[in-house]
Formats: sequence, structure tokens, C-alpha cells
Amino acid sequence: MSDESWQPNASFATLRRRMRVLTQVRQYFAQTGTLEVETPILSRGATTDPNIDSLYTSILPYTENFYLQTSPEFAMKRLLAAGSGDIYQVCKVFRQGEKGRFHHPEFTLLEWYRLGFDHHNLICEVESLLSQISTDLFAAYPAVKMSYRQAFQTYAGFDPFTVNCTELEAVAKKNGIAFPVTMTTVDEWLDLLMGELVTPHFKTDRLTFISDFPVSQASLAKVKQGDYPYAERFEAYYGELELANGFHELSDADEQERRFKTDQKIRQEKNSIEVPYDKHLINALNAGLPNCAGVALGIDRLLMLLFGSESIEEVISFSVETA
Amino acid sequence: MATYSTNEFKSGLKIMMDGYPCSIVENEFVKPGKGQAFSRVKIRNLKTGRVVEKTFKSGESVEAADVLDTEMEYLYSDGEFWHFMDPKSYEQIAAGAEAVADSAKWLKEQDICEITLWNDNPISVTPANFVELKIVQTDPGLKGDTAQGGTKPATLETGAVVKVPLFVEENEIIKVDTRSGEYVSRIKL
Repeated sequence: MSDESWQPNASFATLRRRMRVLTQVRQYFAQTGTLEVETPILSRGATTDPNIDSLYTSILPYTENFYLQTSPEFAMKRLLAAGSGDIYQVCKVFRQGEKGRFHHPEFTLLEWYRLGFDHHNLICEVESLLSQISTDLFAAYPAVKMSYRQAFQTYAGFDPFTVNCTELEAVAKKNGIAFPVTMTTVDEWLDLLMGELVTPHFKTDRLTFISDFPVSQASLAKVKQGDYPYAERFEAYYGELELANGFHELSDADEQERRFKTDQKIRQEKNSIEVPYDKHLINALNAGLPNCAGVALGIDRLLMLLFGSESIEEVISFSVETA
Repeated sequence: MATYSTNEFKSGLKIMMDGYPCSIVENEFVKPGKGQAFSRVKIRNLKTGRVVEKTFKSGESVEAADVLDTEMEYLYSDGEFWHFMDPKSYEQIAAGAEAVADSAKWLKEQDICEITLWNDNPISVTPANFVELKIVQTDPGLKGDTAQGGTKPATLETGAVVKVPLFVEENEIIKVDTRSGEYVSRIKL
């Protein structure tokens, strides 16, 4: 039998649609006066996010590691701090160990930043851009918008901002959810229960935006103080499928550096690879990041929705299996 | 002790779970963009056949099960044990009723089947997907009731009872799918 594994994964119809979507995206940003940029894939600074591992390599004659970007965020913020104005980028990003029906170790992100926006303004723009790409999928009904807290209170029956691990374990047991014996933090439980109890309720014919996350999941978002402080972060879903993640961007350099260092400590405790954070980003924030919001949207998942694909491999030319 | 990390999980992998050897049926990688990654797996207990769901955090490890699937020839049953032989080494093993379970009704002497060994002991017996067995009893089909419609029960030489089309007769040899227990075709001799 001849070896057919050289053949592409995606059909040419899919690849043509893929390029049409990217053309639509570029037209949209051209019309809105947004500068398309390219930033380095390899960087000395890596994401410190305890749940995201970077791939790395070396470049002669340098002795330090260079990390493949897991998102173009740091370099794009340096451009913003240098005065670029609104920018966008379509690029490949890389994540260690992420492979499944909806995950692939390298995938395509669309990331953009708007000056003067907060995360709620950006939610509206994500909805508007997606509606232009597919009226049928994204404009048949208006998007559902709810806070992280509301979503858990409505669908899971508890307040994610005050709950503790013991209560979360009881919720999992009551709902017959298989869970790891090694659950240690509230955030791990919330991540598990989001997928088990909350997102399955999202309507399958429209977008759902979840905003205002727990402070412990602030990542690179500003924190809003109050009785229940929250991170000005959002995620976009279509049905259960996560499509995008955005922030009202943190611009406080000291706070950013503290978060990087906290992440590094968590990484040590988890025995994850130790990574250097991006000092250039801290310096850029010190120089001044304009008030802005940014979002990253998974192009491959968007195509999966447009095609009704079962697996991300169906919308990319060659998967890692035959790369 | 050999272990497997969740990123080695795939269907067919044999792991120890709650003290029993199990086989992974399905493995799904679940991860919020910025959250904890999990492996949601369905695993089959190789002794009982029961399928349960388990969830692991990505990066966790589980003990590997020393399980080996091996093809052996069925020799005979003495009523208590079913005896099998490795066609290469001529080594013989005996499997009890718990291991043979429902497969007993498809076992014909000299047929090759798959024996699952855990720490060298047989824990399950899987017949070939298709077996050819003789009908020892079935009612005569009615004339005119040929190719279409209607089935009747037929008892096979191993004791299994399957539904066959009305035109199939006693002493004929038929091909059966052991996974569904369904009649496939007549074998012309």
C-alpha cells in the first residue's frame, strides 16, 4: 500500500475559505485604519502564565534560550508604548503539549489592540467583526453578555468569588463529575467546573461573552477595585467553544512585574519549566502604555465553526502528525 | 514501576486504575485558553468490561498495567477451565469462566483468539471478529420466504443462538460477527 501521509489534511475548499476569511479580516482592519504588524516569533522573554508552556530553541551566537511566542502580546504592547496607535497581527503561536480536537501545538491567532477602549468596547467590536465574517453564525441573534460571576451563579449555583475548595468538591460530587484527586486551588476547580457546568449551557447558535474574571485569573488585565474586585478580562464563546480572550490592558509596570514574579513562583512549585519574563515589556510599561484593550482570537477555531469541523486538523494544511 | 504521563494517553493504552488493569477507550484534552489543562478519559476495566470516566490534570502520571494481548489457539474446555495454546511456543494456559465470560459461546476448537494477560494471568478472551460456525438446530424456512424480510433463531455448534434469514438451513455453516452477535453470510463449501 502506498504511503498517503504526505497528503494535506484540509481540502482545498477549506484552504480557499481560510484565505477568504483572512482577506475579510485584513479588509476590516484596513477600513478601520489599523496598522498590520509583524513581531518576532522568537524572544528572550516568555509567558510566565503557569498554565502555558513555551517551546524554545537557540540562536547562534547567543547563549540564552529563545522562546517561541505563545501570543504576540508582549512585542505588540512594546509597539503600542512606542506610539504605534491601533495595531493588529495574524501570526502563528506555539504552545507545548496542547493537542486535542480543539488544540494544536502551533495555531493561528488574530490579535488586535484599540487605544481608548476598555474590554466592554472591545467585546462589541469582536461581535461586529465576526458578524461581518458570517452573518448566519454570528448575526442571527445578538450575543449573550454576562459576567463570570453571573454565569456561575446562574448555571452552577454558586458564587465563584467567595467559594472555597471544600465547597467546590461538594459541587463536583453532587453533579457526578469525575475530577482529579489532586485538585489544590480554587482556580483549578473553577476551570474544571466552567467546562462541566457553565459552558454546556451556552446557546449553540450565538456568541456568549463572559467578562469580569476573578482577580486570581487577571493575567494581563487591569483589576477593578470594589466590594468584589474583578479583572477587566473577557472570553468569547460560540456554544461551548472558546474563541477569543481579551483584556482592558494592565499598564502598571510594577503590578505587571509583581504578577510575573508570582507566576514564576507558582511555576517553581508546579515543577514547570522556569522561564525569564520579558523585561523589555516592563520597561515599555514604565515608559507608558496608552489606555487600551486587546484581544486574541483563534482563527483555526473560527474556521472549525464556519465548516462544522470535528477537529482542528481539518482546517490546517498539515497537522503536527505529518509535519 | 513504569508510568505513563497524561500526554502519552491514547486509546488502547493499558493503565492501572483502582487496582485493576484498564484500557483507555477515549482521551480528550480539555483546556481553557488561560486555565488548567485536563485529560478527560473513558477507561474500560479489562476484568469487568465496565467503562468509567476519569479526569486527570495534564502532566499527572499513572501506573502502567503489565498487560499483554496475545493470539492463542483454543484447544478444549474441561468444564471448569478453557485451555489455550501459543501456536509458536506450544505453551498452554488455562482461563477460568471469569476471563472467558460471554466469549465462550463463540469458541470453537482450533480457532485463534486473543487472550489478554495481566501479570501473565489470562483476564479476558476475545474471539476473532468473524467466526464460521455450523448450525446444529433451526426450524425449516417456509417456501417463498427467500431473500427478504424475516429471521429465525438458529443454534450454533458452540451453543450460541443467532438470528438468521429464513432461507438458512440446519447443518449449514454461517459467518457471524462476534462483536454484534449478528449473522453475516452463509459459507459455501
